[in-house]
Amino acid sequence: MKILKLEKSDLDKWLAEWMKSSPVYAPVQSGFGSFYDWARLEQGRMPELLPGVPKSSIKTFLFPQPETLEEFSADPADPSAFILKAPKTAEQLTIIAGVRPCDARSVSLNALPYAKDPYYSNRLRNTALVGFTCETQCSTCFCTRTGGLPTGTEGLDIAITRMDNTFLAEILTQKGELLAEAGRTGTDAGGDALSRLEQSRKNSGSPVSSADDPAPILREKDLMALYQAPFWQEIAEPCLNCGACTFLCPTCYCFDIQDEVIRDRGRRIRYWDSCMFPLFTLHASGHNPRGLKLQRVRNRFMHKLKYFPERFGPISCVGCGRCIRECPVNIDIREVYTDLLAI
Amino acid sequence: MSDTNSTITLEIRARAGELLASGEVKAFLGFAEGSIPMATRPFIARTPEQAEKLVWNSFCVINPAGFLPEVLKSVEPSRGPKDPPPEGPLPRVGVVATGCWSRNMVVQMKENQVSRDRLVILGIGSRGMVSNKKVQAMVGGRDITAIEEGEHSLTVHCDGEKTEIHRWDVIRDNCRTCTHPDPVIFDYQIGDSAGERHIEDRYVQVDKIEAMSAAQRWQWFQNEISKCIRCYACRNACPLCYCPTCFVDDSRPQWVGKSTDPVDTSIFHILRAYHCAGRCTDCGACESVCPMGIRLRILTKKLEKDVLEMYGSEAGLDLEAPLPLATYTMNDPQQFIIKG
Repeated sequence: MKILKLEKSDLDKWLAEWMKSSPVYAPVQSGFGSFYDWARLEQGRMPELLPGVPKSSIKTFLFPQPETLEEFSADPADPSAFILKAPKTAEQLTIIAGVRPCDARSVSLNALPYAKDPYYSNRLRNTALVGFTCETQCSTCFCTRTGGLPTGTEGLDIAITRMDNTFLAEILTQKGELLAEAGRTGTDAGGDALSRLEQSRKNSGSPVSSADDPAPILREKDLMALYQAPFWQEIAEPCLNCGACTFLCPTCYCFDIQDEVIRDRGRRIRYWDSCMFPLFTLHASGHNPRGLKLQRVRNRFMHKLKYFPERFGPISCVGCGRCIRECPVNIDIREVYTDLLAI
Repeated sequence: MSDTNSTITLEIRARAGELLASGEVKAFLGFAEGSIPMATRPFIARTPEQAEKLVWNSFCVINPAGFLPEVLKSVEPSRGPKDPPPEGPLPRVGVVATGCWSRNMVVQMKENQVSRDRLVILGIGSRGMVSNKKVQAMVGGRDITAIEEGEHSLTVHCDGEKTEIHRWDVIRDNCRTCTHPDPVIFDYQIGDSAGERHIEDRYVQVDKIEAMSAAQRWQWFQNEISKCIRCYACRNACPLCYCPTCFVDDSRPQWVGKSTDPVDTSIFHILRAYHCAGRCTDCGACESVCPMGIRLRILTKKLEKDVLEMYGSEAGLDLEAPLPLATYTMNDPQQFIIKG
């Protein structure tokens, strides 16, 4: 793996070069920092990184809301009416910069259930993730309790770490190499760069191993014991059953599909769905297997912390803390971890 | 915690504990401490011991009236759909109520969602609740690790530094222009009365938008809702939204598209606001819970202003008065039907 040394001006040059051929997105601030979210960069609009994660998760790019899967004509006079056709999409690279390690990890986690999903795979292939490792852990951050690290590089093509007044860029993939070349600046950081990077991380007191990963423990727990645990009622009681947690969560990937017809054009879209909504599981018969709030809240956590690890290995949570930050009634997934691990 | 808040907290705990111990109520609906700064959690105490977890501070932004139908149902003896209602009075529920929340309860009573005789209301004169988004903006979006509340100030801990801010500078917009901070119905008074307030610029946010051209207004609206992720936190936090199936969830027929297409999002927000006309008490829950910081309540505030100007009615002030949009008089204004 190659490590490049960059000055602040080199980083700006990288972004400026990339913008010439690809759309580049990064977190920016507005409303005096009270609103911090992704925006497309232009010359003169550069990333404004704050500690922690932007408002919306990175899934907005890889699992857009909504995504057009097919298009069709709805004109009865058209001989090809109602025959589905793949929409025309340009094979263009999208670059997402300023990605935090938790968000980057969510991209790899979602790729597990979406392994055979052509839409997700296609977007993944055409997206490059340029990360910034974390120097600060916010009060709602808990990546180290999910198997991740503030300095983790999983899912990233390039990982940038600030060291003293310069930056070290770890070029992690082939896509990353192409980007570094396209950036046309930066010097080789030398053979000992990786060990210096590791040493500086150790010195900064940042965690270096994810010792608290609950996945192995939760995989071994008896499913029914967790399902029937007494605490679900108390956790679910204040829930409003809104979709704020699921829609902001980087690892919630459920969707629904609909055909939308406007005049003589139609499209088949997939759009985000949320297990918090009663409609999510409503059967055509009128029966709803998760008709109660308690059942829906329990499902959200059981899916992330028990069903997903049983099927794929890791838990489906990266510890970004968005659900904790934005839950209107302060349901805190860290407390659910503690409760489940105590069973 | 400020003296006022700690006095109110202790009074709520004592009264709720007594009500639960004597069996006068089966559950008590209030707030508990949250796990992060500037958060509280709606909390239902069912035993006198649990009442000790109740708190009162400037971050109680959820309207507890929204939970009442569900909590009332939860304390009823369970029965099948075809079983007759049990004999005798049903168990009661205790709840905290400020001015706007109590007015919502009045609206719920008039709309037959809750019944007065099943509630024991602890009335609290509201000093206004704080907007966490405004506090966040005061510290430039940095991570807030702790917050201490004084009588008229907040001390915000951020990056190891302390910032002192005036409470009134970060009060929610709806609380700043509130004219009825005292509860209109209650069984026990907690703390002191807040007194009636006269606000000169009650509709200042609405006036600004009314002064715009139609095109500018549309632009403002489109810009505001462009952030919407259709999570429906606003709808679900609203005590006025209790339809068994919301029009946005209906699929036969489907009134509105499901994704974040601007047309669909516009329809959702316009209809949501209109459904609240003449019923909304500007409690601000919708705006407080919005994860994307959309200033939703300016829409409902406009309708509040219209209903007040056209029909001279304010929601939930009087248990006996008819609902303004469910009644008519011969001299109702009708400019919106007949031109000229």
